[in-house]
Amino acid sequence: MNPFINRKYIVGGIFALIILIFISRLFILQVIDPSYKLSASNNVLRYITQYPARGLVYDRNGKLLVYNEASYDLMVIPKQVEAFDTAEFCKMLDLTKEQVLARLKAAKTYSYYKPSVFEKQISARAFAPFQEKLYTYKGFFVQTRTLRKYPQKIGAHVLGYIGEVNDEITKADPYYNPGDYIGISGVEKSYEEVLRGKKGVEIFMVDVHNRIKGSYKNGRYDTAAVHGGNLKITIDATLQAYGEDLMRNKRGSIVAIEPSTGEVLAFISSPSFDPDLLVGRNRTENYQILKNDSLLPLFDRPLMARYPPGSTFKTINALIGLQEKILWPSRTYSCVGGYRAGNFFMGCHNHYSPLNVKQSIQHSCNAYYAHEFRDLLDHPKFGSVENAYETWRNYVVSFGFGQKLGIDLPHEVNGYIPTLNYYKRIHGTKLKSLNIVSLAIGQGELLMTPIQMANMTATICNKGYFFTPHVIKELPEEFNSLKSAFLEKHKTAIDSVYFKEVIEGMFLAVNGTDGGTARIAQMNGIQICGKTGTAENPHGEDHSIFIAFAPKENPKIAMAVYVENAGFGATWAAPIASLMIEKYITDTITRPYLEQHILEKNLIDAKH
Amino acid sequence: MQNIKSNIWNNLDWVTIGLYFLLVTLGWLNIYSSVFSEDQLQESFFTTRYGRQLLWIGACFVIIVIALAVDSKFYSSFAYLIYALAIMLLLAVLIFGTRINGAKSWFVIGPVRIQPAEFAKFATALALSKFLSFYNLKPEKFKTLLMFGLLIVAPAGFILLQNDTGSALVFFVFFLVYFREGMPSVYLLFGILAMVLFVVSLLFETYIIIIVLEILALLAFFVFYRKQHETLIAAAILLIGTLITWFGISYFRPETSKTLLVLAGLLISSVLFLIQMYKHKLKTGFFILLVLFSSILFAFSVNYFFDNVLDDYQQRRIKVLLGIESDPFGAGYNVNQSMIAIGSGGPIGKGYLQGTQTKFKFVPEQSTDFIFCTVGEEWGFVGTTFVLLLFLALLMRLLFLAERQKSKFSRIYGYSVASILFFHVAINVGMTIGLAPVIGIPLPFFSYGGSSLWGFTFLLFIFIKLDSNRTQLIT
Repeated sequence: MNPFINRKYIVGGIFALIILIFISRLFILQVIDPSYKLSASNNVLRYITQYPARGLVYDRNGKLLVYNEASYDLMVIPKQVEAFDTAEFCKMLDLTKEQVLARLKAAKTYSYYKPSVFEKQISARAFAPFQEKLYTYKGFFVQTRTLRKYPQKIGAHVLGYIGEVNDEITKADPYYNPGDYIGISGVEKSYEEVLRGKKGVEIFMVDVHNRIKGSYKNGRYDTAAVHGGNLKITIDATLQAYGEDLMRNKRGSIVAIEPSTGEVLAFISSPSFDPDLLVGRNRTENYQILKNDSLLPLFDRPLMARYPPGSTFKTINALIGLQEKILWPSRTYSCVGGYRAGNFFMGCHNHYSPLNVKQSIQHSCNAYYAHEFRDLLDHPKFGSVENAYETWRNYVVSFGFGQKLGIDLPHEVNGYIPTLNYYKRIHGTKLKSLNIVSLAIGQGELLMTPIQMANMTATICNKGYFFTPHVIKELPEEFNSLKSAFLEKHKTAIDSVYFKEVIEGMFLAVNGTDGGTARIAQMNGIQICGKTGTAENPHGEDHSIFIAFAPKENPKIAMAVYVENAGFGATWAAPIASLMIEKYITDTITRPYLEQHILEKNLIDAKH
Repeated sequence: MQNIKSNIWNNLDWVTIGLYFLLVTLGWLNIYSSVFSEDQLQESFFTTRYGRQLLWIGACFVIIVIALAVDSKFYSSFAYLIYALAIMLLLAVLIFGTRINGAKSWFVIGPVRIQPAEFAKFATALALSKFLSFYNLKPEKFKTLLMFGLLIVAPAGFILLQNDTGSALVFFVFFLVYFREGMPSVYLLFGILAMVLFVVSLLFETYIIIIVLEILALLAFFVFYRKQHETLIAAAILLIGTLITWFGISYFRPETSKTLLVLAGLLISSVLFLIQMYKHKLKTGFFILLVLFSSILFAFSVNYFFDNVLDDYQQRRIKVLLGIESDPFGAGYNVNQSMIAIGSGGPIGKGYLQGTQTKFKFVPEQSTDFIFCTVGEEWGFVGTTFVLLLFLALLMRLLFLAERQKSKFSRIYGYSVASILFFHVAINVGMTIGLAPVIGIPLPFFSYGGSSLWGFTFLLFIFIKLDSNRTQLIT
């Protein structure tokens, strides 16, 4: 009646076949193969995670920056706990009886049978006497962990810190279990996969009295922990330490870059903190103190603080002017103690007039750049001010401004270069060059981070290109791909021929015999080029800025120094940069009076 | 009235109902054991999982009464409407649903969580029964396959979008039902070929697969024509074409991938081959070529599907199952633990409530997806075999009942019920013993959870109701 009636046997056969296969498999698993069986005496397995030592971090010269020290986590399995001498136990662990009971209860809530952490990070010294007594406390055992140690006590923001994983991480990545550590900031975060290594596990057979009966299956299912990979970072520990000293009692940051590679030599955020504070049992407490500090020591200024570039930005405007043929080396504008246009007046300081391109940088003439910027925006070849602005903005963006540079450290911010739309919203539809003339001297809405400023300096001394700033120098070979992004040369939209005038101007600003805004940075033996800047600060005294590189030929170091609320760029930022350069290039300081002057200056307490 | 009632009572298949209650009871006992531990004695009964499961089981009686009370004709008359409703619910849950354990497949209304995917299973079963029982249906037509495919791909697709891969795969078991109703065997052959290709393309590089497929195609060619000479010529064309492109292209562009080289060779040889076939009017050769190319296309799409559609954890689970990766602490953890738990039960088990592996919570999802571990550990080989045989008995009984239906609709629905249950048992038990990938689908009647228990109960009792009216002809 139904032509396919016989197919019922096939369907039934498939059902029976699968069930039969399952039963055979179960027969092998449960009856024949002994490897999945435990002994009948109700032994249980204990999984002890073997935590790998986290990778070490070295500076560019091989100086150790981060290493590990053993510590011990006391674990408990509530099911196996028997009555014990609480008084002695409390004394040895420095806990109250209530704390002990509360923790036991918490462990029970988590699981009766699975181990939970009872006390974290017991130091080696505290652990020694306890270990002898451990066998009397049934249900307790110890798991070895490591703590990060910082022999140099520098570079807290670059190195970052580690902390326990939260629920989100453990859910997203099966590698992590509650209680594991993970890099939270700095290279600890960006190179977490390199540093963490690979966890292993040892499986033991444990009897009901919590005694280890031996390894399960002779270690057949054990896996060894793989030591984390070591990192060599580009930071120069000596320079970093020196910079942190110079910045003590001042707010601000220093970023120094090796222009030929983009390697970050120093990365200073001040005030900083001792990285050891965020390790060990007092970590949470210390973290709260640092977090609530009004000087924001945890704030990663080089990557996150946004300031206007001030007069240092005149270098960029000069380059754009040269490239667009608004300027040429001998082009002069006169300065009448400032720039006047109708009712508008922008002041300038005392210098001779008129000035050409390099002199305008040497003396940081505001009027010169107001003229140049307006000539650019109003130039008929662009058709409209809007088009001219877009052109200008594209040049600026090609230096890496207004976007994350892509440094291998977390939390970098974009900075801000106003868009045309922004101005349309503020000033209505028609953009007028006079309305935005403050951009000529690096004021107005421009916001840059210190790392972007240092990168700009490196780009200038490279005559038009940069490598993305980075802190990784060497890492285990299998991770080399993490470095590939830093080998790519980024070219700006300015032709290299135009940089000569600006570099010359920056040289004169420091070394000019007829005066210069940064004469204080001048020193014998090294040809330093620099440019001062002062960022207007609506909340208090202006920020002092200095960008510099040296030597003039084949530069070895390019940097940006920000000192908050310190007034003129020349006053504090310039001498700090000069000392840093000397320290890096010659490794000695020939101007102890200048060094003393900086070290003693306290720019924080004066205001608090 | 009295008459009708007693009629239903007598016509119910008590064997199936008995098996159902036996499985539900055993399931609850094992949930009790897997959750049971001293700390939970402090909790009140109905906040524990076994307490709640008892509530869900109680609620099943309501579901059973509803399923039995509704007129049989209702299910066939409204099959498509119920199906449309299910599809709408699946759509709604994508928009308004709540994400639980990564799958956006739940409606949460107060304390009750409902999973429309469960509803979709029986709705699709009804719709397919209706479709396949159409009196004028030609099961061998390609159009039928297309319609059939559409009916199952729609719910499966939406469920896949909810990120519930396991439930989505369930729908493909309906091909068994279609097979019983006259699906051409060649589809089954293609299905098996596709499955083999799926596994193989994950295990080997694509160019090796292409070469193997080419050899198979040549063999098929030989089998069909029994012409040694022609086959040899075809092989020679293929070999020369491949060698020329291989060395030719890799000389000029050494970075070209091997897959592309082999593929280029095949394309060139195929053109020559096609010309030859056209001359000699060999139609089947053309067909073989078509199958060859679709297989290669399929192998490519498997790799694409695997890399781009599946989540990382799903990829890892499949790789662990296929032995490409060994990772006893990552993706393989659950399965490894589950096998240790089951193996540790030995021939007769450790005794009820005496399991240690499962108590120590080494096996995750113990009361839901891995409930079979508790059976294995505490009841041993005897227990696992007994439970599996119970399931087999239920499945066979369902097939028997299905075959005795007068109406085609009831028969097909019966097959659907059996197939759905079979798929769940096969995958769920298979994953606990390392024979199937870990895709989280429950063991029918055993696993903790109201939504799935109600879903299976409703699914089953609709069939029991249909069976009680087996003498009627439902269309």
